[in-house]
Amino acid sequence: MLTILLDGIASGMLLFVLACGLSVTMGLMNFVNLAHGAFGMAGGYVLVVLLQRWGWPFLACLPAAFLATALLGLLLERTLYARLYRREHLDQVLFSIGLVFMAGATADWLMGAQQQIIQLPAWLSGRVDLGIGELGRYRIFLILVCAGIVAGLQLGLLRTRFGAQLRAAVDDATVARGLGIPVPRLFAITFALGSGLAGLGGALGVEVLGLDPTFPLKYLVYMLIVVAVGGANTILGPALAALLLGVVDVAGKYWLPQLGAFIIYTAMVALLLLRPHGLLAKQA
Amino acid sequence: MNAALETRGLTRHFGGFTAVDDVSFSLPAGARQALIGPNGAGKTTLVNLLSGALPASAGQVVLGGEDVSALPMHLRVQRGLVRTFQISQLFAELSPLESVTLAVLQRAGRGAVWWRPLRRHRAEQDEAAALLARLRFSDAEATARTDLLPYGKRRMLEIALALALKPRVLLLDEPAAGVPPGESREVLDTVAALPRDVAILLIEHDMDLVFRFAERITVLALGAVLAEGTPAGIQRHPAVREAYLGEMAHAPAA
Amino acid sequence: MRYAAEVALWLLALGSYWLFPDYLGLLAQVWIAALFAVSLDLLVGYAGVVTLGHAAFFGLGAYVAGILAVQGWGEPFSGLLLAGLAAALLGLLTAPLVLRGGELAGLMVTLGLALMLYEAANKAAFLTGGADGLQGVEIWPLFGRFRFDLYGRIAFLYALGVLFLCFMALRFLVATPFGLALRGIRGNALRMAAIGTPVRRRLMAAYAVSAGVAGLAGALLAQTAQFVSLDVLAFHRSAEGLLMLLIGGLGALYGAVLGAAAFTVAHHLLAEMTPQFWEFWIGAALVMLVMLGRGGMLGLLRRLGR
Repeated sequence: MLTILLDGIASGMLLFVLACGLSVTMGLMNFVNLAHGAFGMAGGYVLVVLLQRWGWPFLACLPAAFLATALLGLLLERTLYARLYRREHLDQVLFSIGLVFMAGATADWLMGAQQQIIQLPAWLSGRVDLGIGELGRYRIFLILVCAGIVAGLQLGLLRTRFGAQLRAAVDDATVARGLGIPVPRLFAITFALGSGLAGLGGALGVEVLGLDPTFPLKYLVYMLIVVAVGGANTILGPALAALLLGVVDVAGKYWLPQLGAFIIYTAMVALLLLRPHGLLAKQA
Repeated sequence: MNAALETRGLTRHFGGFTAVDDVSFSLPAGARQALIGPNGAGKTTLVNLLSGALPASAGQVVLGGEDVSALPMHLRVQRGLVRTFQISQLFAELSPLESVTLAVLQRAGRGAVWWRPLRRHRAEQDEAAALLARLRFSDAEATARTDLLPYGKRRMLEIALALALKPRVLLLDEPAAGVPPGESREVLDTVAALPRDVAILLIEHDMDLVFRFAERITVLALGAVLAEGTPAGIQRHPAVREAYLGEMAHAPAA
Repeated sequence: MRYAAEVALWLLALGSYWLFPDYLGLLAQVWIAALFAVSLDLLVGYAGVVTLGHAAFFGLGAYVAGILAVQGWGEPFSGLLLAGLAAALLGLLTAPLVLRGGELAGLMVTLGLALMLYEAANKAAFLTGGADGLQGVEIWPLFGRFRFDLYGRIAFLYALGVLFLCFMALRFLVATPFGLALRGIRGNALRMAAIGTPVRRRLMAAYAVSAGVAGLAGALLAQTAQFVSLDVLAFHRSAEGLLMLLIGGLGALYGAVLGAAAFTVAHHLLAEMTPQFWEFWIGAALVMLVMLGRGGMLGLLRRLGR
């Protein structure tokens, strides 16, 4: 019971780290980026290669995964995404589906279709007795790291100049432009940051969520739920939504395995119907 | 006398902000009335409430004696309450002829006909062509893509779409906005030439146009009716003068 | 001129029966893909409703026709019709959900509903065969006389015939006031309401028609292949439909047919490569076509004609 709860919290926090970039892309830039999961997958593969093939220490692989995917995000934003901000949603959808297909095929070609398995360092493997029951060390590590990221993002958004500009732009991009906020640069940096976080989430998640070339599509629905429920204006909204989703998902898979992914798809549709404007809170 | 359009205590909040505040006014049948007011007075919000583009927070909209407050926009239009838009809302990829034909078909109750091709609806197409010709669209302009037309023509098309619906009440939201002065007269002359039984409410910034067109003027400020009367009376009204002078004093430096 | 080109195109389609006797099965696939693309075009290209879940209707049609045959009713025409009706009904029932919120929420609902249906078919193995696919689909001879053969002769003619009839019906439909109203809604839904059009009712009608035709396409696949796999409901199929429209040109029924033909033939020619590689090229094609702007093959032909 406690294990399920903890597993749920850990995967929920991972989902948040994966999805928070998407909530900004959709909320701030009004861009339907169905390829967001591809950055998560890229981060996962960076970790696998560095850790398993090159023998880097685990803790060095995580920032590397973040940086590599952030750079990839920056590159794609400047070359491709930025041209499509003003286009119709249909164009953005088709474009990003195209990226998903290309990313999946590339991953398959380079790394193969199989699930990736990593060897965690000894200090993160196994279980530890905390007096309330045996808990996986890696789960605890995940929860601590992700909680740190949530706190860092929240502080960054509230206390820094960049955060203030970002909040202004989310509220009203036209006004922000009028105030002299460099919106294109803001978009580029934010996109890179969001991609990097997705990459970090993917890297952290190899052990928990798994990693194979279907990753971007498999977790797209989860990320969309997080964004739809959480809204784009806060950090805590999506974070809570992700936690809830993680717990429900893990519990569902444990107690009702025969329903499979059906529960999560139903939840997505139901939530979209209850909150049709949650995806883009600032549509008007 | 029976009002063509009437509001009772019409109110609209946006969060904590009240854009339209307890507005009660009436538009008699055949009226040539103008609605003026400084920027941010709530003119366009009021038009949106009247036409059903926005739901009201409180109050009623009564059209020819019928309470239409709960009806969506298209049902109000079907009852004769028609509006134009301050920012043109046109069909970029259709021609003016196709656009106006759409409006005529809808008015004639043939908007959903799926069993007879468009080319066999000659009467509706002829009516649309005649209306466009009356508004000085050449044949080439009537059949060109709308987004390729000059701005003035697109403003005229905005009015043509409304006229094609043969409204009983016509709300014109700054029809001459952005149109060069010479052409703006043309726009308003077209409107003034409508049958006398059509009630018209003109929302306009340009005071020359307002005073040339309107027989009565309603002044809106801070979401509420500030004054109402004949053009001469409004010109002398101290509160109106102050509202407008106030606007100039606080005008942003943009 | 335009008329002559149309007649020539259909004659060419029929003539391919004698021109490519070894590829009749593949050509039947082309007609089925074209029917699916045409149905999608009515929704996306004409009415402007973006969907990521059109495979739901294709798949439902396929399963209805397939399950009917497995349960002992293999008569092709009635099975086809029932499948189309079932898909249209699903379209009518789900349209209010899709058209409820904003464009983006609607898009996600289409995706979610299609995923739900996929997962339902996957889990309901007693009815659908689950991941193994629906085995034992036996379709009776066409008109009680023409047996579906191994060479795909009857499949070719059957699929082409159904495509032709549906295409002509849709071509008629888009040239009526209803069709013009759909283009108006795609252009500016607010203005359509402001001229008195009940926008949602028009879109629901378009959704049901589009879903029904997609269901017919799915049924054609089930009946000609005499097998149904989960693949008919997969996300890939929805995305590929959109790609066909991008290739051929949105909002033009002939564009949809051309796009479907180009896509299916390209798929076949590249099939020798690994499937992963194929997926890469689908993705690259989507990205490039979006970057180049819409219009597709038909747009290119028009520009050349000018």
